[in-house]
Amino acid sequence: MGYDLKMRIWRGDQSGGDLQDYTVEVSEGEVVLDAIHRLQATQSGDLAVRWNCKAGKCGSCSAEINGRPRLLCMTRLSDFDQTETITVTPMRAFPVIRDLVTDVSFNYEKARELPSFQPQPRDADGKRRMMQVDVERGQEFRKCIECFLCQDTCHVVRDHEDNKPAFAGPRFFLRYAELDMHPLDTHDRRALAQDAAGLGMCNITKCCTEVCPEGIRITDNAIIPMKERVVDRKFDPLVWLGSKIGVRNRDNDGRTDPRDPD
Amino acid sequence: MARHPMTGNEMSSEAESRLERHHYDVVIVGAGGAGLRAAIAAHEAGAHTAIVCKSLLGKAHTVMAEGGIAAAMGNRWPEDNWEVHFRDTMRGGKMLNNWRMAQLHAQEAPERVQELEDWGALFDRTEDGLISQRDFGGHKYARLAHVGDRTGLEMIRTLQQRAVALGIDVFMECTITDLLKAAGTDEEGPIAGAFGYWRETGRFVVFEAPSVILATGGIGKAYKVTSNSWEYTGDGHALALRAGASLINMEFVQFHPTGMVWPPSVKGLLVTESVRGDGGILKNSEGKRFMFDYIPEFFKAETADSEEEADRWYDDKKNNRRPPELLPRDEVARAINSEIKAGRGTPHGGIYLDIASRRDADFIRKRLPSMYHQFKELADVDITAEPMEIGPTCHYVMGGVEVDPDTEATSITGLYAVGECSGGMHGSNRLGGNSLSDLLVFGSRAGAAAAAYVSGLDVLPKADEHAVQAGERRAVAAFTGSGEGGENPYTIQHDLQQAMNDLVGIIRTSSELEESLSSIEALKERAKAMAVEGHRQYNPGWHLALDLRNMLLVSECIAKAALERQESRGGHTRDDFPGPDPEWGAKNLVLRLNAAGTGVDLTHQPLPVMPDDLKSYFEE
Repeated sequence: MGYDLKMRIWRGDQSGGDLQDYTVEVSEGEVVLDAIHRLQATQSGDLAVRWNCKAGKCGSCSAEINGRPRLLCMTRLSDFDQTETITVTPMRAFPVIRDLVTDVSFNYEKARELPSFQPQPRDADGKRRMMQVDVERGQEFRKCIECFLCQDTCHVVRDHEDNKPAFAGPRFFLRYAELDMHPLDTHDRRALAQDAAGLGMCNITKCCTEVCPEGIRITDNAIIPMKERVVDRKFDPLVWLGSKIGVRNRDNDGRTDPRDPD
Repeated sequence: MARHPMTGNEMSSEAESRLERHHYDVVIVGAGGAGLRAAIAAHEAGAHTAIVCKSLLGKAHTVMAEGGIAAAMGNRWPEDNWEVHFRDTMRGGKMLNNWRMAQLHAQEAPERVQELEDWGALFDRTEDGLISQRDFGGHKYARLAHVGDRTGLEMIRTLQQRAVALGIDVFMECTITDLLKAAGTDEEGPIAGAFGYWRETGRFVVFEAPSVILATGGIGKAYKVTSNSWEYTGDGHALALRAGASLINMEFVQFHPTGMVWPPSVKGLLVTESVRGDGGILKNSEGKRFMFDYIPEFFKAETADSEEEADRWYDDKKNNRRPPELLPRDEVARAINSEIKAGRGTPHGGIYLDIASRRDADFIRKRLPSMYHQFKELADVDITAEPMEIGPTCHYVMGGVEVDPDTEATSITGLYAVGECSGGMHGSNRLGGNSLSDLLVFGSRAGAAAAAYVSGLDVLPKADEHAVQAGERRAVAAFTGSGEGGENPYTIQHDLQQAMNDLVGIIRTSSELEESLSSIEALKERAKAMAVEGHRQYNPGWHLALDLRNMLLVSECIAKAALERQESRGGHTRDDFPGPDPEWGAKNLVLRLNAAGTGVDLTHQPLPVMPDDLKSYFEE
């Protein structure tokens, strides 16, 4: 049942650090976070790691396991051979605070830059009506637990720190798409997504979708449709022709670009 | 504003010299549903507002709530209204609820839910496009607004995005360890702020504020088998006690009937009540649907007594009574406990929760996606093909800070409490779905009340600087105090959790409760000699050492009140006093910090009396 697991864990802070070797007793059905908690309780009380729900619902315990962005609480030890050494390192795209804890404030800053939901007024009876089929697209994106693994893996920022100011990252393209597809929203965020959020820098390698622990199809369902809608607005010859001959582009019905002065 | 060179945290200009200080009208401790809703209300009322929370924004336990938000909107059943919801809530709490809180809650929940939609929440819909509502234990009508089984995530994200849009300041990964009272006043003096530390750096921080709203959640981490995360260490309960406020109903702890039991790694992890609301049933190892054997007299008239009637109810609620699986949580948890004790448990010491044989796979995956995911990923169980093994897990504390029902003000001027850390609303047992609505209704009220209090002040109370210094000394004691030979905080926490689980669990008895109190005293002594390794920068061992102080105090409250109450009611079951007692049903147990500040004193207090017009709802 139980066995001794060999682990290598990155210990250190902003000034530097290195991988340290540990051996910890683990048992059947455990996840990587269990092994780390046991290390804390028995060998290294000050080992820094973020965690909350331990059920894959809060997105706190993001790190890299054998180089792959994963949630520590959803990575089962049974996925590895018992003789294998498991290496755990902090997310690479964000500055280290200590050990496995990184400074993810980049994401909270990007969240602040995004114009919020602007609904139409409620119906006369004080309620709102939306059809299930229309909310389901947005609901897929709202499954996001903000673990920021997609942000961590996205090579636009992972390998190019200087791209960060101009690039919001997959998590926020998801949010743009969610608001854009919201049946009751009145803003047109397409231009903003393209310019301010840097949607154009994404070259759809789908790395974000691969690491999403919620299985959200970030690239196919959010980023690509957003890109298409941005392009429609900019270059679609039919839209151009329509605007010339006075046909209204229904895509803009009930929506205004939040950057327009009126 | 200067930023800390390493963490990027914003710092005030004084920070680089010595102690970081901030000034606000309203400081909210905790960023779950209650804290966020309070912050939004305080901000909208014009108060300069800050949220301080132990984790990153959006990670609080509200995120784990699965089933839904109870609100009598009448979208599925036009017959539903606040009176019915009020009645269900009071009966679920075995009439020990603060009637006024239960009334306000039932009246205001629908608008609070619709407000979430104004802020971008995407609830599941009815065929008419309205917010869908689902069945849950103890609720007469399908009443829970929901998003699959991840309603809490939707709620916290909506409130978080609203708070961000309003530009409310958030201090993340910052722990409040002491409340500050006004200088030169006695124990009754008003609040003047809060003292704490940044978890990232270990640096201290002072918030000067005439009002503080506690929204810190529960105490679940005092138990071994729990659905709660590391944060739930009774901080708000303990902060309030030490500031001079009182706690009520601490003997009432809710054990959720359905927590995972296997593998050990996930023992206690919540399995939503929606599984039963959507048709799931409970079976013992003999394959018997045993809940029919456990229908109490109190709920007999409204509960089905045959499997046929129970099954018909899902489609025809008018002519059939509810399945016994949907009795309030305390009843179901006790029944499961009895079946396991009688030797009819599963191989891993639980019982079976079966929806696979009752609903088709598509329905299950659609209605319960995160349960499907959770069992598949963590237990290798396909819930569309086989039953789940489940057992009771510590989930929620009904007890908390005693507050005024209309404003959530405590007995200490300027101090408010909302959500799980407040007491009264749920009486002796909370109905599923009533927690998320509680957070919204009373969060909103507390935020508005705190802002109104501050705007009426001519002179701001000045924080007692001696208390700041004492807070600093106390916080670093674990590094400097005992040195060699001091005990590891993880070991003390482990022993406390074991004691609470074994001695103050679902079924209690006088001798075990007395034993628990002496165990807690012994643990308090051991905690004095605690030692922490490493330094102050993001050090979980140190953080635990500081949280333990709260956990020990709150555990003492639970055990003491549980020993005192000689009856069984809701989330308090005494083996030696198995039935409810009307005399006990007319009073609350109140806990206050003792004169020496080392423990708690207990007094009896009559329950507020319900007005006659509301009483009429309970006459059959």
